[in-house]
Amino acid sequence: MAAWLILLAPLVSAVLIWLLLKSSRALSSYVSVAAVGLSFVCSCVVFAGGDFTVSFNWIDFGPRLTVPIGLTIDALSKTMLLVVTGVGLLVHVYSLGYMHEDRSSSRYFAGLSLFMFSMLGIVLANNFVMMFIFWELVGVSSYLLIGHWYEKASAADASKKAFLVNRIGDFGFMIGILMIWALLGTVTFSDLEPAVAKLVKDPVGNAAILSFLTVAVLFVFMGPVGKSAQMPLHVWLPDAMEGPTPVSALIHAATMVAAGVYLLVRVNFLLVAAPMAQNVIAWVGMITSLMAALMATQQNDIKRILAYSTLSQLGYMIGAVGFGAAQAAMFHLFTHAFFKASLFLGAGSVIHGMHHEQDIWRMGGLKNKMVPTFITFGIASLALMGLPYVTSGFYSKDAILLAAANKSWIFLGLGLATALLTAFYMTRLFVVTFLNKPMSDAAKHAHESPLVMTAPLMILSVPAVIFGFGGVAKWFNLDVPHGPDPLHVPMLAAAVFVWGTVMGWFVYRNRQSDPIRIGLFARKFYFDELYDVLVKLTQETLARLSAFVDKYLIDGLLVKGATTLAFSAGFVLRFFQSGNVQAYAIFFGLGVILLMLLAFR
Amino acid sequence: MLYLLVLIPIAGALASMLGVKPRQSALLASLAMLALSAFLIAGFAAPAPEKFRYLASFDVVAAIDLKMLVGLDGLGAMMVLLTSIVTVCAIQLSPQPKHSEGAYFGSLMLISAGCQGAFISLDLFFLYAFHELALIPTFLLIGIWGHGDRIQAAWKITIYLALGSFVLLLGLLGLYVSLPAGTRTFDLTKLYALQQGAGGALIPVGEQGWIFLTLLIGFGILISLFPFHTWAPTGYAAAPTPAAMLHAGVLKKFGLFGLLRIAYPLLPQGAQAYGNLLLWLLAGNILYVGLVTIAQRRLDQMLGYSSVMHMGYIFLGLASLNVIGQSGAALLLFAHGLSVAALLGVMGDLRERLGTTQMEDLGGLARVMPNLCLFFGLALFASIGLPGFANFAAEVLVFFGAFGATPVNVNGLLNFSPIQWAVIVALWGVVISAVYMLRAFRNIFFGPLRDAHRQQVDLAPAHRWPFALLAAGLLVVGFYPKALLELIKPGVQPVATTKVAQN
Repeated sequence: MAAWLILLAPLVSAVLIWLLLKSSRALSSYVSVAAVGLSFVCSCVVFAGGDFTVSFNWIDFGPRLTVPIGLTIDALSKTMLLVVTGVGLLVHVYSLGYMHEDRSSSRYFAGLSLFMFSMLGIVLANNFVMMFIFWELVGVSSYLLIGHWYEKASAADASKKAFLVNRIGDFGFMIGILMIWALLGTVTFSDLEPAVAKLVKDPVGNAAILSFLTVAVLFVFMGPVGKSAQMPLHVWLPDAMEGPTPVSALIHAATMVAAGVYLLVRVNFLLVAAPMAQNVIAWVGMITSLMAALMATQQNDIKRILAYSTLSQLGYMIGAVGFGAAQAAMFHLFTHAFFKASLFLGAGSVIHGMHHEQDIWRMGGLKNKMVPTFITFGIASLALMGLPYVTSGFYSKDAILLAAANKSWIFLGLGLATALLTAFYMTRLFVVTFLNKPMSDAAKHAHESPLVMTAPLMILSVPAVIFGFGGVAKWFNLDVPHGPDPLHVPMLAAAVFVWGTVMGWFVYRNRQSDPIRIGLFARKFYFDELYDVLVKLTQETLARLSAFVDKYLIDGLLVKGATTLAFSAGFVLRFFQSGNVQAYAIFFGLGVILLMLLAFR
Repeated sequence: MLYLLVLIPIAGALASMLGVKPRQSALLASLAMLALSAFLIAGFAAPAPEKFRYLASFDVVAAIDLKMLVGLDGLGAMMVLLTSIVTVCAIQLSPQPKHSEGAYFGSLMLISAGCQGAFISLDLFFLYAFHELALIPTFLLIGIWGHGDRIQAAWKITIYLALGSFVLLLGLLGLYVSLPAGTRTFDLTKLYALQQGAGGALIPVGEQGWIFLTLLIGFGILISLFPFHTWAPTGYAAAPTPAAMLHAGVLKKFGLFGLLRIAYPLLPQGAQAYGNLLLWLLAGNILYVGLVTIAQRRLDQMLGYSSVMHMGYIFLGLASLNVIGQSGAALLLFAHGLSVAALLGVMGDLRERLGTTQMEDLGGLARVMPNLCLFFGLALFASIGLPGFANFAAEVLVFFGAFGATPVNVNGLLNFSPIQWAVIVALWGVVISAVYMLRAFRNIFFGPLRDAHRQQVDLAPAHRWPFALLAAGLLVVGFYPKALLELIKPGVQPVATTKVAQN
């Protein structure tokens, strides 16, 4: 019961707001907050209880195809429930302040509720089709929220881009689901797991089947590549920053983008059966993490810096799944959700205090103007950079680096390089925004945000620190096994932290503009330009060509030709010349009926 | 009682034509029809042993066993409900015609009567004849009250569909003639029973091929199967809004309904023989027409092409030859009917009030027309197969049915069967649909508002409930597809079981 309530409370809220409360902004926001609050409470109840599954058949074609809508409550989903509803609740509360003056805030809160419903559906799903259903629904709620300020052309374009890029990922995801179903005859995770385990027992005899499964897993992986914004489908996430900042915190940092990681952990039993696919996943993740970190060093928009950092951290998690370290991936997902949400909400507070300025080179000196924001942002930054032995981010990143080290030194190298860059660009962001001298009038007159916005920041900085400690992590079902560590990975991680931070400090302290200019990073490796050309060359050209063929060949030559022939043969000429459609239609009907009667006589 | 389904709209049509408050009579008749359909479909809640219910028969020419036999199974009941819902909405959303109001609403009701007649007929002759009855007023509506180059459009669609009907007629004749002597009848219930007895080979296997092909082309032209599709965009762009809604939403589905009712159950071997050809054609519908749709710059043309494209998905479900895929196809008939009616309704409203459907000339309308934007959004997300809407439930069944139609081949990389490749093409089509639909949504409703449109107002309150009705239908079935699936399954089952018996 509590499990269903978790899922349905936000749906009820969304429907209620949409149908009844559109005009009452305050009430809408309270309903939405109450719904997520209820979900959170129920999640806590469920978390304290045992594991179970409840389900009913949504589509039922007997043994051939049965698609349940079912809720899985196990260690994995329980932890994720707390992340989603916990961060969700704080973001909802924060939104009360942030969206206070927005005249469409009802639509905003309805969208948030719809998102919570969809995201919780992903967390609870017990089969692939249900996962896909909610997967697409988070996509559409993300679309609605990115495009909240739809009159801005950039927001409208960004939302469209996000949806389309995700659809490309989902294209592969669905193929993968179909392949797995066709091979194993079910879409339910709990039925798939033993079936796969049986295959793995005889890897030689089942070689062909396992290689088919590998291909299927790679198709499924396209889903996470889209949703978790991995190379080469990462291009939508930075643009998604056009949405309101709390949305960026909740959807595009803490929860939805992590859904890809969650899915992979959920079907880890499939990955284990497909080592080749695991390798691909590891490479995609680690390359994404490094490239995104490089791009982050040259961005000037506070939200975009954080967006690239999200890409980079998601790359870590995906990489960890590829190393076969699903637990480490979940651990990082968990800690990252809190400190990254805190960073985005902090950025929102800065933007709010700066009257919608987002360029860090027009900020500066905010440490005195916005003290709570400054402190909490600092704590969350340190967690992201991985301040050794104190912050949660250090421990979870360490778990991933250790897994990388056990896999290959290349992965460890990529991981450490990313960690170095992370420390560097976060120092840059922090120094320029808070510590340097104010660089604009807005910065000089910045003001702190109301308590309803700063309170969530303060609450979020607690987990940013303590959630990494072994005992706390274990309590959240995050039992990360420690492999052998001949390289002393924590030492290496600590070293690159110091190196990156010191470098960032000396390069950016007391600077008025960026001394480093690297066009390739600033222009994001020209991915957008590349895709523009690609789309123009393929889709647009093909579309225009097809339209031409349709208009002039199929319709023009064939159809018009045939009709001209018919007319010139005088077959229907008389009716045509009379120009009386009515007469023709009657003749036509009568003729047909007459013909029928004659034919059947 | 089923005769009432035809008589009510005819009465409405007569009242309109005689000038008795045409709009009100038409609306009243269509509401009565909707109530009756709801009542009929409610009857299916109680299980019954027989496949067809509400049977009634009326002898026309006893000598050749020609009788007006009507009855409903779940599939028919769903189509009847679809017809009623779309009719109600089309009438309510109809703009005021410039002249001859009586004839206009009368023609609309006649389309509806013809559709209802075709869906309840269990007799080949009347199935065909009722469809013809529905086509004639469609031509009139386009020719007399249409938009743009209406005369030319009317001619194009007339000649095209007349040709389709003619080919269809040949196919039906062929089917009739190929029946073994002594079993020749128009009565579908008898034919089904005979077919069951003959294990799917009632019509000699050698004959099934060409008959199926003829029927496929005949019905295919009516459904705008590639490459016989070019009439549809022209026709829908030129037709008055309610006529386009009725034709795209309901009448066009007759061809698919006919394939499900006649071709697949009676010609299973023929269907198998031409399965691969159909896959090529439906891939044309999805991929080629999908690309053509992307190139469209006018909303009316774009919707016309997109509705052609989505027919490909229904064909894919049919081509699966199994219960899952064909149930999906049947469900998609319903889902697509509602969503395309809503899309065309929005298009008509924009055309009526703004005088253009050119997408470059629009923009930012969400601000002044929030409700219209909402309904367009709902309909468009339904039509691109977003979960939660009936279209998704249907498409997912189509994909599963078609992908599972042949066993997987694990040897070699991507060693898919033709129908599995078709599924992959269809899945890419889902991306294509999202491309053009979201582009249209973006260009029309989002971005900065044009100065010329600053004074525009939202959808009139009287026009809101029809859209709400369509959206509700899509959502209810989308959340709980079993509501219709359990109805449809028996209607599809014999088709598939005959097929299985063959293998």
